[in-house]
Amino acid sequence: MSSPTYLLKGGRLPDGAISDLLISNGVIASVAQNISHPDAEVLDLSGSVILPGLVDLHTHLRQPGLEDAETVLSASRAGAKGGFTALSAMANSSPVADNAGVVEQVYRLGQEAGYLDVFPIGAVTMGLKGESLSEIGAMADSKARVRVFSDDGNCVHDPLIMRRALEYIKKFDGVIAQHAQDPRLTIDAQMNEGDVSAILGLRGWPAVAEEAIIARDVLLAAHVKSRLHICHVTTAGGVEIIRWAKARGIDVTAEVTPHHLLLTDELARSYDPIFKVNPPLRTEHDVNALREGLADGTIDIVATDHAPHTMESKECEWAQASFGMLGLETALSIVVKTMIETKLMDWSGVADRLSTAPARIGRYSGQGKNLAVGSNANLMVINPDTTWMVDRDLGQSKSRNTPFHGYELPGVVTHTFFNGRPTLLAGHLLNSVSPE
Amino acid sequence: MRHLLSISDLDAKAAISILDTATELARVSDGAVKKLPTLRGRTIVNLFAEDSTRTRISFEAAAKRLSADVINFSAKGSSLSKGESLKDTALTLQAMGADAVIIRHNASGAPARLANSQWMLGSVINAGDGTHEHPSQALLDAFTIRKHLGKGSPDLAGLRVVIVGDVLHSRVARSNVLLLSLLGASVTLVAPPTLLPVGVESWPVKVSYDFDSVIESADVVMMLRLQQERMSELFLPNTREYSRYFGLNGDRMKLMAPHAIIMHPGPMNRGLEIAAEVADSARSVIVEQVANGVSVRMAILYVLLAGQSLEAGVM
Repeated sequence: MSSPTYLLKGGRLPDGAISDLLISNGVIASVAQNISHPDAEVLDLSGSVILPGLVDLHTHLRQPGLEDAETVLSASRAGAKGGFTALSAMANSSPVADNAGVVEQVYRLGQEAGYLDVFPIGAVTMGLKGESLSEIGAMADSKARVRVFSDDGNCVHDPLIMRRALEYIKKFDGVIAQHAQDPRLTIDAQMNEGDVSAILGLRGWPAVAEEAIIARDVLLAAHVKSRLHICHVTTAGGVEIIRWAKARGIDVTAEVTPHHLLLTDELARSYDPIFKVNPPLRTEHDVNALREGLADGTIDIVATDHAPHTMESKECEWAQASFGMLGLETALSIVVKTMIETKLMDWSGVADRLSTAPARIGRYSGQGKNLAVGSNANLMVINPDTTWMVDRDLGQSKSRNTPFHGYELPGVVTHTFFNGRPTLLAGHLLNSVSPE
Repeated sequence: MRHLLSISDLDAKAAISILDTATELARVSDGAVKKLPTLRGRTIVNLFAEDSTRTRISFEAAAKRLSADVINFSAKGSSLSKGESLKDTALTLQAMGADAVIIRHNASGAPARLANSQWMLGSVINAGDGTHEHPSQALLDAFTIRKHLGKGSPDLAGLRVVIVGDVLHSRVARSNVLLLSLLGASVTLVAPPTLLPVGVESWPVKVSYDFDSVIESADVVMMLRLQQERMSELFLPNTREYSRYFGLNGDRMKLMAPHAIIMHPGPMNRGLEIAAEVADSARSVIVEQVANGVSVRMAILYVLLAGQSLEAGVM
């Protein structure tokens, strides 16, 4: 049975052109003016923007092991609601995704959920312990075809292990996604070290703990001629080091989270752990540097670091609370607020940073194709001229730890198509999505 | 004002009002009948999630002298040591009808969490939270300084206070920096660079690494407690070196101006940050600080729970 045909009328493409777009048999069949099709369901998209389906390179789906906080299914639904057609499942599940069995399980759960592609990320080291390499080859050759490896949550801090990992993944065209955090400089760290932490008496997480690892790892990547990706860059200094590395031709890419594009450490003054995240919220100076870095391409992508947590791990003292924030359902609106409304970036930039570039870094074929005729119909639609009120109780995630509760944000995601089928249609999330 | 979480909750007028109220209440404590009926029928909970005998007893005495019913809820042997969350503890206290909770906690910001959550409705008084603040200690310190050196002035304008020691981990220092500068004193922090927070540049203080260069001009020298574990955490080479540079010994005390006083929030490490001969000297007002603590804490409870201050001559 072929999937239904949709005719998207009058939407604006990332390059600014107004065009019709025909989805048929799971692919983009035509992009042209005045398309007509007798059997198609017609969607009037005048005033809306069509983007290739968003691709998140950094998602915590919490399954297996922490299903109280999130499952592959609930995260998939949250992703579809936010305009995503692909997520990347970070390896810090329980058990850890350090072998072919776990990554194949997560991949299969993603396929069963059916809302989007779930690409598992493999751990770099066994158990995320930073001591010995995980089963990198077995994961790369598994059905999950893992290409991104990360100990995220932990830093691969031993320089020799980092070097070996960078070398080993060259066999698979892989990439190491580094959580840059020197562990010795961040013992019991709670928030950005600076003026605010000094007053609050919360232990500091200094910018240098991130920057020192970024500097070391771009030099290692240059030395062994491998591919390095820096997760969630948060500091102006980190942006500077990556800019320097790229100018020297080092094969490094970097991501920024939506929350680091908007929020600062001033929010910690409330002692509300909803604002506790790792790496921590930084200063306004850093936020501005991150926006500039994203605009000029020093930072390649926006990735959510969607980190669901149960209520009890946030309804407590700051120091006892878990690190992390939700991100999937608010990501694009935050990018609109911080990058589009400020005129730092245009929609083609958004398409690149949230779809094309992350798909390229992850080697996710079938994603990030920028609305090319003949490619899989993975796309989404946003109405940039409307706003919405974030309500933590109305999210699709199983968890409620969004820092944006009560925010009025620009840009409503109205449609998401995954391989030609709607997962979100006119603002309504489909309750079941039939697999091919 | 409903809560006292930080000195930043106060402006100079409010702080002076607490000190003035404490002065009046101290007069009551010196009288034959030490008790006032002000808080009769009110329930005050001492929630001490971290051990502290002196602060708990001081608040307990203050509450009882105002005729409040006091419930002590300490860490050891209580539900707090059995993993009960702060939220559940707060819900329990609310169910018991606590009008105020005096909280000591090892987590910075725990009092703010109690006050700003919807878990309980009563007043929250910070009795020391982690490395954040200890506002009642700062108020009793200011009270003590004013009594000795205030010359009848309501504030501390023009006085020079030197605070010496582990500023990084000291909630006493944070509250004192805010309060003393609010009241017009000039504050100098003296510490090894490792024990000053990054960000201290934004504080309303001067910073020195050289105790001897600032001690002569000080009106008040306030010593801070140094925890032994700072050595293993690599903040300092050893305790001898710390004492040599930053300890207040008899020789160093001789550099002080004749009128200058010596303070310490306790508990002291005699022989480490302060020599026994200094602690027991005529300049030391350390024991008096403890006595003043009861009057100042009475004033805090009075202002927060009775909703008024006591001006001189009213009683």
